[in-house]
Amino acid sequence: MNRWRNGEHLLRVALVYGLGVVAFVLLRMALVPRSFGEFGHYRGNAIAETARQRPVFAGHQACNLCHSDVAALKRTGIHAGVHCEACHGPQAAHASDPGSVRPARLATARLCVRCHAANPARPAAFPQIDPRRHNPGLPCETCHPPHNPLQFLSQHS
Amino acid sequence: MNLTRRQCLLLLLPAAAAGWEALQAGAPERAPNYDKTQHWWGMLLDISKCIGCGNCVRACAAENQVPPGYFRTWVERYRVRDEDMPYPQVDSPDGGMHGFPPIPADGMKEFFVPKMCNHCADSPCTQVCPVGATFITPDGVVLVDKEYCLGCRYCIQACPYGCRFFNPVTHTAEKCTLCYHRITKGLTTACCEACPTGARQLVDLKNPNDPIHAFLRTHNVAVLKPYLATGAKVFYNDLDGSVR
Repeated sequence: MNRWRNGEHLLRVALVYGLGVVAFVLLRMALVPRSFGEFGHYRGNAIAETARQRPVFAGHQACNLCHSDVAALKRTGIHAGVHCEACHGPQAAHASDPGSVRPARLATARLCVRCHAANPARPAAFPQIDPRRHNPGLPCETCHPPHNPLQFLSQHS
Repeated sequence: MNLTRRQCLLLLLPAAAAGWEALQAGAPERAPNYDKTQHWWGMLLDISKCIGCGNCVRACAAENQVPPGYFRTWVERYRVRDEDMPYPQVDSPDGGMHGFPPIPADGMKEFFVPKMCNHCADSPCTQVCPVGATFITPDGVVLVDKEYCLGCRYCIQACPYGCRFFNPVTHTAEKCTLCYHRITKGLTTACCEACPTGARQLVDLKNPNDPIHAFLRTHNVAVLKPYLATGAKVFYNDLDGSVR
């Protein structure tokens, strides 16, 4: 073992190398995000962070809990498939605090034509009117109750 | 070198403790009652039902605080002359947010095409990210990690559908999340909630009871740019050949 007698310089190199490895491992621990690689080459926690965002639209299931009368009326008419917030806008704030957050009343003359103004690009079978000729100036709900638009027409014909 | 083994270990102890702390603190948060492995999300866009009202664009902007002038989903109006199929006229004023002023038909075929992220199963956008800030989740939704995105814009260039943009406020890439915060809570997306005609349907391809399976079998359904083999999961019913 005589050849190792003057081996102190080798020990020093090994020590420096070992410290380098430790520094690398510690640095990597500090720099790589904690959940990185949990599901793939990305930060796994990013999924839960995206899911944490708060909804602005309550969803028709929430509306129907309280407004079951409107839901029942709507189900009988041509607007059965139109969800509440398609016309009434996002109502999550109203759903979580119905007392103090009241949905705005809708101006049907402007709202209804968004969908029902005649446009050659719309599917031909979709009910469309020319707002300048179809009773201009009258609010739509005069003849068409919005939750069942053809109710009166079918009663009178 | 009078360092004993004991002294050396004592010296390294605080560093080891810090490392262990870092490992322990990283327990990932999970959404309750939602199993990522049981879903594979996509969407069905029915061209024959779209009326170009812009409800989806407005709903998306309200739900996700999309900055004005940028769109996670938008609607295009195609106008195609019979003999000019390869050169359709396309417009999308304000992303279709406020509807489309009618243009005299002029003997052209006209229809609306809603556009959005295709949540590709094999997406070019996730492949080019240099830091792993955009990815596809185990349930098939392509997301951007806002905390980790450098803002290099590679993914914006890589998307063949033009579905990403650079958020001028956060300085990160942004895109449709398929309302991940809603679908993990059992709700549908904001655009589907607001669509009055059912032209947009959220679909779960892993759910054997989802009507999408019967629909795909019985209709002429296409995805955009199928030759790119991106594995797009936004299915278009009644898609015209002129749409790009």
